[in-house]
Amino acid sequence: MTDVIAPPAGGGGGALIPGAGTDHLAHPHEEHGPSGLMKWITTTDHKVIGLSYMITAVALFYIAGLLALGIRVQLTTPAGTFISFQQYNQLFTMHGSIMLYLFAGPFAFGGLANYVVPLQIGAPDMAFPRLNALSYWLFLGGSTTMLLGFATSGGAADFGWVAYAPLSTSTYTPGTGEDLWIMALVLTGFSAIFTGVNLVATIFYLRAPGMTMFRMPIFTWNMLVTGILILIAFPVLTAALVMLFADRHFGTMIYAVTGCHTVTGAPDAHACGSAVLWQNLFWFFGHPEVYILALPYFGIVTEIFPVFSRKPVFGYKGMVFATMSIAALSTGVWAHHMFTTGTVLLPFFSLMSLLIAVPTGIKFFNWIGTMWRGQLVYKTPMLMSIGFLFAFLMGGVTGVMLASPPIDFFVHTTYFVVAHFHQVLFGSAVFGGFAGLYYWYPKMFGRMLNDTLGKWHFWLLFIGFWVTFMPQYILGLHGMPRRVASYPAHLGWQSLNIASTIGAFMIATSFLFLLANFWVSWRYPVPAGDNPWDAHTLEWFTTSPPPHHNYTHLPTIRSERPTWDYNHPEAPTIRHGGPSGPGHPNGHGPIGSGNGGPPGGGDGSAGARQGVPAS
Amino acid sequence: MDPSPTGNPSATRTDAAPGGPAAAPDAPEPGAAPARSRRSRWLGTAVLVAGGLLLAGCQLPTFGETKPVTTQGQDAIKLWQGFFIAGAIVFLIVFGLITWAVLRYRRRSDAMPRQTQYHTILEIIYTTVPVVIVLVLFGFTFVTENEVNALPTPKMSVTVTGFQWGWRFHYTTKNVTVIGVELQDPEMVLPVNEPTRIYLESHDVIHGFYVPAFDFSRYAQPGIINKFTITPHTTGTYRGQCTQYCGLYHSLMRFRVKVVSDAAFAAWVSTHHSSGPATSISTAEKQALTNSTPGAHTPNVPPSTVTSTATTNQTAGSTGL
Repeated sequence: MTDVIAPPAGGGGGALIPGAGTDHLAHPHEEHGPSGLMKWITTTDHKVIGLSYMITAVALFYIAGLLALGIRVQLTTPAGTFISFQQYNQLFTMHGSIMLYLFAGPFAFGGLANYVVPLQIGAPDMAFPRLNALSYWLFLGGSTTMLLGFATSGGAADFGWVAYAPLSTSTYTPGTGEDLWIMALVLTGFSAIFTGVNLVATIFYLRAPGMTMFRMPIFTWNMLVTGILILIAFPVLTAALVMLFADRHFGTMIYAVTGCHTVTGAPDAHACGSAVLWQNLFWFFGHPEVYILALPYFGIVTEIFPVFSRKPVFGYKGMVFATMSIAALSTGVWAHHMFTTGTVLLPFFSLMSLLIAVPTGIKFFNWIGTMWRGQLVYKTPMLMSIGFLFAFLMGGVTGVMLASPPIDFFVHTTYFVVAHFHQVLFGSAVFGGFAGLYYWYPKMFGRMLNDTLGKWHFWLLFIGFWVTFMPQYILGLHGMPRRVASYPAHLGWQSLNIASTIGAFMIATSFLFLLANFWVSWRYPVPAGDNPWDAHTLEWFTTSPPPHHNYTHLPTIRSERPTWDYNHPEAPTIRHGGPSGPGHPNGHGPIGSGNGGPPGGGDGSAGARQGVPAS
Repeated sequence: MDPSPTGNPSATRTDAAPGGPAAAPDAPEPGAAPARSRRSRWLGTAVLVAGGLLLAGCQLPTFGETKPVTTQGQDAIKLWQGFFIAGAIVFLIVFGLITWAVLRYRRRSDAMPRQTQYHTILEIIYTTVPVVIVLVLFGFTFVTENEVNALPTPKMSVTVTGFQWGWRFHYTTKNVTVIGVELQDPEMVLPVNEPTRIYLESHDVIHGFYVPAFDFSRYAQPGIINKFTITPHTTGTYRGQCTQYCGLYHSLMRFRVKVVSDAAFAAWVSTHHSSGPATSISTAEKQALTNSTPGAHTPNVPPSTVTSTATTNQTAGSTGL
C-alpha cells in the first residue's frame, strides 16, 4: 500500500541534539556575551548575522529603487532634462550594481539562507561562525565602498553594471568612483565566496540525525547548489576585477586596447589586450550569477507553495535534479550574452541556453502540481509566490526567445532585454524575496506582519510590475536601446515610457506599505507563536525567535516534513501517486524500503545511503 | 506562401496540450471533468488559431518587431514569428494552469487534501515534451542563423567604424568616406537588392551597430573586425543607433542608412568619390578619430559631412576635432 510515514512515538517525543551545550538548553533565551549594539557587532550567531545581512540588503534595495525612479523620471521626456547624461549614466550603473551585487545575492545567500538553513537542517549554527561574521563585515565594507563613489569629485562609476572593457579601462573612465566600484566588488566577492564555503560545509556536515540529503527542504537544497555555484563563479569575477584594476593602474594591457586601432588596417598585435576577454570572464561569472540570484528564490517559493496549499512539494526529487541541471547548464551558457560579438560559437551556446528551459519548466509543473487539489490560503507570502510564478513565466518565455541568436541579434541591448531580465530577476528577487520575508518574519521576530498591509503591498507591486515592464518589451521591439538618457521625439516612444514610469511609482508606493508594516509590527506586536502557518519544515519546530543555539529538542525526522509529521500524524505524505494517478488513490507499493525505522535509516532515498554523518 | 520554418514549433507544442490538462495528480473531483473538456476545447481553439496564422504564411504580423527591409531580416523575422507563437502557446497553457489552480483550489473547508507527492508518468511527460520543443526550436534557430550570417562574395563592401560618439562609413572600392561629426547623424548609402559586405570595427570602446529596420545588430569592437552581409530590398531611409553603452554621449550616437536604386547609388558615388587613391585613412582624419576621447568634445559641433576624404579633412580640421 502507500508508504506512510509513521507518526512520532510519543506525544512530546523528540531527540536531543547531540553536542548542543546543555547550559543553552537550560536557559534557551538567556544569551551570553554583550547585548545591544555590541551584540550586533561582535556576534557570530548565524541568526544575528543573517538579520544584519537582510537589514543592510533591504536598505540598499530601497536606495537602488530610488535610483531607478530617477532613471524612469528622466525617460518621461524624449529630451531627458531631469538630470545630466553623466548623472544618468551613474544612476543606471549604480542601480544595476546595487540591485545585483548588493541586494539580490546577499539578501538571499547572506541573509535568508544564513538565518534559515541551519534551522532547517537542525544545526546549532553555521559551520564556520567567525568566517560568517567576516563575510558580513566584508559585505558591509564593500557596499559602503561602492556607495562612496557618489562622494568623489567625478561621481560614482558610470560604465554600466557589466563594466565592459575597454570602456572600464583608465583611458575612458579614469575616475575614483570606478576604482571604488572595482574594489567594492572585490570585497563583496570575497564575502560571497566565504558565505558559499560556509553554506556548503554547513549543509554537508551539520545536518541533524535523520536529516538525510533527500529529506532536506528544497530551500536548503537550493542553497547548497547556490553555494557550489558561488564557488564556481565568484572567484572568476574577483580575479577578473583584480586584472581590471591592474590594467587601470599598472598598465598591464590585459583588456586595454588603447593604441592598437584597427582603423588603419591590421591591429598592432603586440600592444593589444583583448577587450572580449573581459566579456568572457565577466559572463562566466555573470550567467551562473543569474542562477545564484534565482535559485534561492526558487527555494523560497518552494517552501511557501506546499505550506499554503497544505500539501507536500509535488515531485520533490525531480525538483532537486532540476535544480542541479540548471546549475550545471548555467556554467555553459555565458556566451549567450555575447551573440552579437561575432566571436562565439553560436549553436553550442544557443542549444545550452534553450535547454535550461527544460529544468525550469519542470519546476513550474512542480509548483502547479503542489497547488493542484490543495487547500490554498492566500496570505501575503502565498500571494507574493503566485506573483513570482506569473512574472517568471513571462520572463522565462522571453528568455527562450533570447536564446536564439538570430532573434537576439535584433533585441540585444534593447529594452526588450531590460524587460526580460527585470521580469526574471525582479520576479525572483522581489516577489520571491519579499515572499520569504513575509513568510519567515514571524520566526525571526516572534510577531506577525499585518496581512492587510501585506495585501496592499502585493497588489500595488503586482500591478505596478506589469505596468512597468510590459511597455518595455514593446519599446525594445521598436528599437529603443537600453542605457540611453534621451531618445528622438518623433518615434512615439514617450507614452510607453510614461506608462513604465507610472508603474515604477506604483512599485515604489507598494514598498511604503512594507515600511508601514514594519512599523505596525514594531509598535503593535501580534505574537506569532512557534508555527503560525502550520508549516512543514524543521525551523517551525523551535520557538520564535529561536534560542541561541536554535533547538532544545528535535522531532524525529523521517521525511522532508518533520514538523508536519509531528503535528499531523493523520496526514502522512503519500510517496507515490502511481502511474494510474487519479482514480487509484492508493497507487502502488512503497518506494521506500521501510517505515518507522530508526532516524537515518530512512525511506530508501539516495540521501539515506550517501548521507554524511551529522555532527 | 513559402514553407515557413515557423510551422513545426507550434505543431509540436500542440502535443503538449493533452499533457497539460492531465496535470491533475490526484483523484478527480466532481466538476473537474467538464472543466477539463472546457479547457481542451479552449486549447484546441488556440491551436487552430495559431495554425491558421501559420498557414497564412507571409500574412503573419511581426508581433511588434520592425518590419524587415533586408533578406537577412526577413529570415530572422520568420524565426521570431515562430518563437513568438510557440512562446505564446506555452505561456497561455502554463498561465491557464496556474490561474485554474489559484481560482479553483482556494481553501473552502478544513478537509485535509491528499498528500500526494509523485506522479511518475506525468513527470516523464513534462520533462520530455519540453526537450522535444527545445530541440525543434534549436533546429530552426540553426538554419536561420546560417542564413543570417551567410557571407556570399560581395560586389561591394563598406568598412564601418564606430568611435566615441559617431560613425565612419568607408566605401573601400569607391574611395568614398562618410564621417559623422559628433552629435550629427552620418548617412550610409546602399544600393537596393545588392548584397553589401560590412566590415565592422571600433576605434576605441565597444559600440553596437543596430538598424531596427534590418532586424540585426552587431558589436563594433576594437581589435576585432566583424563581417556580415546585408541585402536591402526596399528603398528608403532607416534610422540606426549605437546599442552598446559606450560612455557619455551613447544616447546620441545615431546614424541613418539610405537605401537607393542602383542608378541613384552610382550618381551618389560619382558625386562623392575622392579624386586620389584614398584607400587608407588620412592623417587629419586619424587625428579626428584619435581625439575622440572623453573630454575632447562639446555638444556644439557643426553638422556631419557626407563627402570625399579630402573634404572631410577640411571639415574635421575646421571644427577643431
